[in-house]
This record gives sequence, C-alpha cells and structure tokens, in this order.
Amino acid sequence: MTLTRRAMLAGLALPATAGMANATYPIHPVAVADGIWMIHGDDAPIQSSNGGAIANIAIIDTPVGTVLVDSGPSLRYGRALRAVAEGLTGKPVIRVYVTHLHPDHGMGIAAFDPAIVAALPQTITDMARDGRGFSDALYRLLGDWMRGTDLVLPGRKITEVSEDFGGRRLRLMALAGHSAGDLALLDEQTGLLIGGDLLFHDRAPATPTADLPRWRTSLDSLAKLPHRAALPGHGPFDPTGQKAIAQTRDWIEWLEEALTAAVRSGLDMVEAGSVPIPARFAGMAAARYELQRSVSHFYPGLEAKWLPRVDMPES
Amino acid sequence: MARCRFLQLLIAMLPLAIAPSALAQPPYPDDPLQSPMWTAHARLIFGDDPVRFDPRIQLLYPQVAENQRSFPVALDARGVGSVTRMVIFADLNPIPIAIDYRPDLAEPYIATRIKLDQRTPVRGAVQLASGQWLVAGGWVDAAGGGCSAPPVGRITGDWAAHLGEMRGEAWPMGTQGSSRLRITFRHPMDTGLVANIPTYAIEEMSVRSESGTMLGQMALFASVSEDPAITLMPRAAPGATLSIVAHDTNGRTYAAKVPVARQSASVLAAQP
Repeated sequence: MTLTRRAMLAGLALPATAGMANATYPIHPVAVADGIWMIHGDDAPIQSSNGGAIANIAIIDTPVGTVLVDSGPSLRYGRALRAVAEGLTGKPVIRVYVTHLHPDHGMGIAAFDPAIVAALPQTITDMARDGRGFSDALYRLLGDWMRGTDLVLPGRKITEVSEDFGGRRLRLMALAGHSAGDLALLDEQTGLLIGGDLLFHDRAPATPTADLPRWRTSLDSLAKLPHRAALPGHGPFDPTGQKAIAQTRDWIEWLEEALTAAVRSGLDMVEAGSVPIPARFAGMAAARYELQRSVSHFYPGLEAKWLPRVDMPES
Repeated sequence: MARCRFLQLLIAMLPLAIAPSALAQPPYPDDPLQSPMWTAHARLIFGDDPVRFDPRIQLLYPQVAENQRSFPVALDARGVGSVTRMVIFADLNPIPIAIDYRPDLAEPYIATRIKLDQRTPVRGAVQLASGQWLVAGGWVDAAGGGCSAPPVGRITGDWAAHLGEMRGEAWPMGTQGSSRLRITFRHPMDTGLVANIPTYAIEEMSVRSESGTMLGQMALFASVSEDPAITLMPRAAPGATLSIVAHDTNGRTYAAKVPVARQSASVLAAQP
C-alpha cells in the first residue's frame, strides 16, 4: 500500500485543526426586560475554550429595527450574533453600540456596516491606537476563532445624549473610568441600565485601562439614575439595579487599599498578587486572576508614589 | 606483530577519545518541563555540580503574564539550609539569565520582574554550600517581544531625565535580625535587541551594612525589566542602615542608603 503525499499531509493536518476550525459560538439570549435580551458571556478569562465570548451583549427590539449593545470578540461571533438577534426580533440590525475599546466587546463589529456602528469619540480614538495590538493578542490566544476578523472602527461618533428608535428612546451617557471612554445606556421605556464594563457583577472587574477615581465618579452617577435593573458588562443580570454598582465600587476600593497597603508594607508584586481576597468577594468569578492583572497595572505607579527617594548624588 | 601493537594502542586511546564528551555532558536529571534548552543551560550554569529538581524551592509568579515586559518572579529558598547562589533564568529568552544573586548574609529570597520574549520555562536555581543545585520552575505563556520591543522610557523619551532615580524602603521582619529591603531604579535596561539602541543595563548591585560587611551581591542582565525593582532580605536590625551600590554597563554608579525602619514589622511583611 502506498500513501500519496497529499493524503499524508491531509492526515497530518486533520488532528491539529479539528478541535477549532468551524467551532460555533453558543449564543443564548435571555429576556431581561420588555423587548430586551441579554447574552451572558463566559465569566472567565479570554481563552480558546470560550472563543473570547466573555462579554455580555444586549439585544433591543425597537419599532424601527434591532439595536445591539456590544458585538463580541470576532467576525464569527458578530455574524452569529446578527443571525440570532434578527431571528429573535424579525427586524434587521440598524444600530450597534460599542461601549468601550476592549476587544471582547468591539472586534465583532467586523460583521456589520461601520456606518451603523456607534461609539464615543474617545473610544474610536483609543481603538485606532490600540486595536491592532488587541487584534494581535486575540489571534494569539484564540487562533481559528478569529479567522477573517479585521480591525474595523465604528463609523459613527456619539455626540448626542439620546437616540430615538421609532419612539423607543435610549439615553446615551458618556462616562469613563474602566477606560478613557465608557458608554452606558438607559432604556427609558423599561428603566433598564446597560452599564458596559463600568459594571461587573459576581465577576471581578478588569483594570488594564482603568482610572479608579474616574471609575468611582461614574459609578456615583449611575447609582443616581432612575433605573430599575442593570445589565453589567460581565457577570449575571442584576434585577435590583444597585447590586452590580455597589459590588464594582466595593472591589475597586478594596483593590486600591490592598495594593497601597502591600506597597507600604514592603511586599513585592508576586506577594501582592497572593494577598487574601476578602470573604465577601468569594462568589466573584476570576477574582485571583484579575487581582494579579491589577497588580501588574497599578504596582509600579504605587511604588513611585509611596516608596521614598533614596539615591545619593553621583560621586 | 606491528599490527597487533597498533590495535592495542588504539584500544588504549579509546577512553581518552570518549572522555572529553562524557565530561562535557554530566548526567543532569530529566527536565520535567522538557525544555529544548535544558541541557545547554544546565551545562552553562551548573557545570559539573550535582543538580536536582526540588519542591522545597519555590519559584512564585502570577497565573498570567499580563505584561511580557515585566513579569513578576520571586525565588524563595528559605528553610533548605545554607544557600550560596540563586539564579533566575528563562530558557527561551535571548538573554536567559536575569539575576545571579549571592545572599552572603541574607535570607535566601529574591523577587524581581523579568522580560519574557515568548512562551518559555521560567526557573529558579539555588546552590547550597555543599555545591548541590536545587531547581524549580514552570512554563509561562506570554505574548512575544518582551526583550525585543523598545522600553517604554525610550518611547516616551524621558528615560534620561529620570536615570538614576532610586526609591526604597526597608522593614524589620518577623524573623529575628532580618529585614526586608525593596529597591527600585529608573533605568531603561536596554537589551541590545532593539534596532539602533545598544545594550545598556545595570549589571551589578551590592547591599552592605554600615560597617561595610557584604550582605548580598548580584549580577543583573538586561532581561531584568526596565526600571528594575528588587526585593531582598538582608540581615539587619531595626535602626540599621543598608548601603546599596550598583553599576551599569556605561560605568555609571548608583548609590543609596536605606534605613531599616524602627517600627515593628507590618502585618503583611511579617507573613512567612
């Protein structure tokens, strides 16, 4: 028996790619308010097993078409999301909001016409600066899940404070803190707050581009809204509307205090990433993982702030 | 007869012919990480000294390499006996060794941050007074380019304005007579692997007591992160002053004095 070279190559290639190629994203929208569905992302790090689908996404049925808030990590996700959303509402997608620059929320816009994709001007600027690097990072982590995904920038800058879709009005709030530009939306018809990554719920907040004082200010203004429930950027739906806000605030305050205490008492970065996490955060997914990422984000700055200068003039 | 003598000579020479290669490759233990560079690095760092992988040596690092330019690593060999050398290295880095530390009068503990140029084993090796090396480590996944991307200070352009700034503090520890010293430098730690930026790195650092007794000394390499931060545990009582001196590859000297605080050990720092 002889094997042709082509058959050999095919045989070699199959096991390597069979696990990933053509894998599909499980997209299960759950109704959370009248005409609004939430797709709950995996409350885990971006990894091959979830294809990067870790962010929550909102589908809003309006009289004039379907509105999406965030779009997932890849072209494949964006396409699947559009099919699911349009099947649900029976109306074409006419608007996609991108809440902030991070790729788990925005790379999926590759599946849509940029003219219907809207984001804050700051977010578009930041995506233009960092998008290529994010794209490289996702391709490295996710491989085939990302096939065909190009960096696309939102074509529409949000400058208005609300947008009306045939009578269903969405309030658009330009905030910051999780990143330099964070969009939060309030559906006036149902009182549902869609918080983007300003809100994490039972899933530890991520801080790679965070400004903690600005984040706190943004949470203060969200807490004052007349909303009845909240759809966070990560973690389960919050039917109370205040729990995700309070929990996110609690975590970032603890984080700042814990890292400051670690620097001031002489811990190195490895030790700071190993400090005990308070019991009240025990139900929070990815807590240790995000703590260690946050150590990487904040520790050098805290050292420069708290460790005194000790150098002597060069002799 | 002459032919027989020739054969005898040949046989007599055989061990000589084999010996050099046998010497060049001592039987290092099988690498649990199965690194392609294990034997090469073992030869370079351990030579003919005995080596074993030992779970009592703790090489600690976070579960994710969030920043491949600055990956925190701590090597803790307290409780294994008298330690003469501690080496932190990453097999697949173009500059594998980051730090080679001699804790002369210090607890065998060192923490720092290193660059990762790709997914690589990261290891800590500790030599006992007996000559025995103990090794620990693991594979760390990382995005590429930690050693071959320009440092942030080169991009922002302000590295020279801050060169030589040192920050530090020292705390008494729960262990009697030991202190915990943290020292940071502003330094680009250029690897020489970025176009048009030659190697420029801090290459040695020592910590002495007020009377000049050497407490700990180390060689540093450019695979240590930009703006190095180092944690050591030199023997010094509360109220003592530690004297730190470092040199870089341009011959610049960095000197600092850090008092060991008189207050009692903080709760966090006193943790074992």
